[in-house]
Parts: sequence; structure tokens; C-alpha cells
Amino acid sequence: MTDRFNLYRFASPATFYPLAGTLIPYFAAIAAVFGIAGLYVGMLVAPTDFQQGEGYRIIFIHVPASWLSMFIYLVMAGWAAIGLAFNTRLSGMMAQALAPTGALMAFLSLWTGALWGKPMWGTWWVWDARLTSELILLFLYIGYMALTAAIDDARRADKAGGLLLLVGVVNVPIIYFSVKWWNTLHQGSSVNLTKSSMAETMLWGMLLMAMCFWMYSIAVALMRVRTIMLERERHTDWVKAILAGGEQ
Amino acid sequence: MIYWNSFSDFLAMGGYGLYVWGSFGVTAAVMLIEPIAVARHRKTTIARLKRQLRAESRTTAE
Repeated sequence: MTDRFNLYRFASPATFYPLAGTLIPYFAAIAAVFGIAGLYVGMLVAPTDFQQGEGYRIIFIHVPASWLSMFIYLVMAGWAAIGLAFNTRLSGMMAQALAPTGALMAFLSLWTGALWGKPMWGTWWVWDARLTSELILLFLYIGYMALTAAIDDARRADKAGGLLLLVGVVNVPIIYFSVKWWNTLHQGSSVNLTKSSMAETMLWGMLLMAMCFWMYSIAVALMRVRTIMLERERHTDWVKAILAGGEQ
Repeated sequence: MIYWNSFSDFLAMGGYGLYVWGSFGVTAAVMLIEPIAVARHRKTTIARLKRQLRAESRTTAE
């Protein structure tokens, strides 16, 4: 009876694998609902910005992508810490499953930022604190993926990659506070916990899109972790049973 | 409720069309291609693992 409600049970790949499979369609559907709502509010309802005209609408993907690029990195570093402390199998798999999505979010943050910077600042890129630290974040993701891919033994790859993630985590607060700590071309944060400098519909559009990006990231990472589990646990009975059972 | 007067206004984005749609287009492409790539990788991985499993069971049977 106690075993039924034991959360640690899901730390085992054999029980997490089917759970993840069940959850993926729900996260994907929630992401789609938030995405449609966010695009409707952001692109069709929200008014124009009095300073930036319609160009500000890039915010509805730029901010969610930037938030997720930092948040996914923090989650990966958290998994790395758990993995290094408790030597759990699942942690390394979760970190590896999240990395490509985090890297894509960092790329989207830089890409949409460049397309926003050109009309507003007159340049695609400047070497200022906010932009440079976000670029370093992208390199940290790529470095983590390259490092773990270069080490054949999965557990050793997890350890080396985990150390890289934990060292690199110092970069995240630097990104976040860079607009406060340094003089930068990048505008200050539009949203705080206490006050927001945006019109209400703009804020709603941004939050809805952030939820969409978040749910999307969970869905894709769960898809990816299932493949990593099959690959890494291929010598176990539960994977052999799944492969023999004709899993698609 | 809807802010735009016409569809062409919507596309023009007040002169920022290239930048806005360049951002949204690439983001949409990434969010479409990534899950497809993950699903394809999953298919090829499962096929390879099945082949390996069959090869292993043959060698142990001999």
C-alpha cells in the first residue's frame, strides 16, 4: 500500500518510461491550447506599443524563449546535482533529453533578439552583457551535448556533463541581472513580481506564450528521454520486453 | 476586440513585417521540426535495438 504512493518509484526508468508516454499527449495538447490563446491575444488583440510600434510583438516569442533557455538550464543543473549526489540513473537521462531543447530556446532568443534589435537599435548584434551572456549560454548547451556525446560510457558522460552544467550555472544569474549590473543597449525587464510596465493584454499574451513554450519543452523532452531510456537500458528485461512487444 | 483593420495591415505589422514574421516563422519552423526529428530518431533507434536484440538472441541460441 505504501509502495503505491511512493514518488521515488518514478525515479526508476522502468516505471518512468510508461508514465512519460502517457503524459506526452497531454503536455502537447496543453501547449497547443496556450499557444493558440497566446497568439490570439498577442497578435490580434494586444494594442500597438507607443514607442516601438508593431515591432514590439516579437516580445511574445523572444521573452518566452529567453526565459525557457535559462529555466531549462537550471533544471538540467538541478538534475546534474541530484545525479552527482545520489548517483541516480534517471538524472543524467533527463539532463541529456533537455539539452537540445534548451539550446534551441537559446538560439531562438538570440535570433528573435537580432530581428528585434535591427529595427529598434539599428544593429543585429552588439557585444554587450545581456547578449554576450546569452550567447555563452548557447555555447554551454552545445558544449554539454558535445562532451556527453564524446564519452562512450553513459555514466561517465553524465558525471563530466554534470560538472560542466554545475560550473556553468553561474552564467544564468549573470544573464538575468545583466541589464541591472551593466549599462546595456538591451531594455530592462518588462515584468517584475510586483509591478509590470506593460499593458494588461500584452502581459497576458506573453504569459500565455511562456506557458506554451514551457509545456512544449516538457513534451519534447519527455519524447526524447524515452528514446534515451531504451538505448541506455537495452540490456534490461523491461526494455527487451518492450522491444519484443512491438513498440513503435 | 480585434486590433487590426485588415489582413494586409496585419501582414505589414506597421512596417516591421520582415522582422516580426522572420521571428515567428523561424520559431514555428523550429517547434515543428524538433518533435518530428525526435520522433524519427526514436523510430530508427527502436529499429536498431530490435535488430541488435535479434542478433544477440541468435548467438546465445547457438
